[in-house]
Amino acid sequence: MATTLERIKDQFGWEPDESGFLFVPKDQVVEFARFLKETLGFSYLSFITCVDYKEHLDLVYLVRNPESAEELLFKVRVTPDDAVVPSLTETYQGAEWHEREVYDLFGVRFDGHPDLRRILLPDEYEGHPLRKDFPMDAPFPPYR
Amino acid sequence: MEEKTLDLTFDEMRVNMGPQHPASHGVFRAQLLLEGEEIKQLTPHIGYLHRGVEKLAESLTYVQNVPIMARNDYLGPVANELVMSRVVERLANIPVPERAQYLRVIAAELHRISSHLVWLGTFSLDLGGALGGGSTIFLYTFELREKILDVFEAWTGARFHPNLVMIGGVRYEMPDGLDQQILQALDEIESRMHEIMEMLEGNPVFMERTRGVGILSQELALSLGCSGPVLRGSGIAFDIRKAYPYEVYDRMEFEVPTGTVGDVYDRYSVRVREIFESIKIIRQAFQELPSGPLGSRPPVKVPMAIRPPKGEIYERIESPRGELGVYLVSDGSPKPYRLKLRSPSFSNLQAIQFLVVGHKVADVVAILGSLDPVFGDVDR
Repeated sequence: MATTLERIKDQFGWEPDESGFLFVPKDQVVEFARFLKETLGFSYLSFITCVDYKEHLDLVYLVRNPESAEELLFKVRVTPDDAVVPSLTETYQGAEWHEREVYDLFGVRFDGHPDLRRILLPDEYEGHPLRKDFPMDAPFPPYR
Repeated sequence: MEEKTLDLTFDEMRVNMGPQHPASHGVFRAQLLLEGEEIKQLTPHIGYLHRGVEKLAESLTYVQNVPIMARNDYLGPVANELVMSRVVERLANIPVPERAQYLRVIAAELHRISSHLVWLGTFSLDLGGALGGGSTIFLYTFELREKILDVFEAWTGARFHPNLVMIGGVRYEMPDGLDQQILQALDEIESRMHEIMEMLEGNPVFMERTRGVGILSQELALSLGCSGPVLRGSGIAFDIRKAYPYEVYDRMEFEVPTGTVGDVYDRYSVRVREIFESIKIIRQAFQELPSGPLGSRPPVKVPMAIRPPKGEIYERIESPRGELGVYLVSDGSPKPYRLKLRSPSFSNLQAIQFLVVGHKVADVVAILGSLDPVFGDVDR
């Protein structure tokens, strides 16, 4: 029985890099998610989040196979100027709120998301507070 | 009784429910699209309790972050303290003495019981004062929960946010005689729970309002990332205490209760049976409780700053509501570079828009209650 990482390598030719994380090209993430769910049985989406490394933003996805309890964490790297990623809502319905949260707090846009609005912050809020360039010392609008 | 059907058509109507609604267990706004009394669509709005803890965490040290995280899920604070401590311990390779691991399990299970008791009381209150007469069950469960709060008061000095778990162990030794007080409280909870269950399950109104209402299919539950009693109510026996055992849960003997249909009754039944399993775990933990030190780091007033190595890690535990996880990115400094809190209530609450369609307005309250969201945990 081939391991999950071996099967991913056979299918897509990707391997975890030297940091130990599997990076998925953003134009193939929908195809990859469908492969994970339908072929490998990773039917459980635990969360989607984002980390701002200043030069680039990493989206972090964690999926799980509920029968074998195997977990797979993969990342999608985008640049802050072009922060657009295809949405996974068609494969995992739970992605809807997680992607709205990432959009709200990081400003990453999700292509094909049915209802991409702010979820935690008010609709009229300006800026994306979990970005590292968000000013912490200045009061936010309308008090600015 | 003869059933009468009115042959009328109704126009669509929009009704706003919340954000200040007594049955929403916090601040939750639902926009309902109704046809007659039947719900066509529910649009949830969350974020009223957003405090930005993930941003706040980046400006606090790891030691300061542990009690801050406990304020998220304010019905089961030990679970949040535990996950925050564990994630740092795993990344920085800090050992935890065996006695501290047992005490953590005891505290976490006591809070699971206390959280489920609050849920049971408010849930039966939501379903109408007629159950057992007024707020009887609400007061019964709060009386029982009081015993657990008394235990924490004697143990840590704080009734609600015990601040018991610290990185590398637990902060307070159990005072003499507290084990007897806990075991007595458990005996009483166990016998009174049977009484409460009999009152609820012998009540036709309760059964009518929970059976077959708000059915969550297994596929949808997995796809939405539901966890805890919501997932197990749909019949999937997934429990993080069994799947990825932490602390000393691998030595504990307990069952994972599951439902069959995935309706409101199954989620009720799973939580009630979990109380009995938690009682079993605590009794076993007391039998095996070893003696020894409480922590691998000295308990001083101003603890040394912890500098975990550079790295990223995800750690999860089974909180009373489900999978509670922290994704931590460390850059080697005493403060987290990024801290993501994966909260169970957030993912569980997402199910509400799928569950209420086709039900009556009054069922929204029952279905929302059965998901057991804590809005501090949803909005973070």
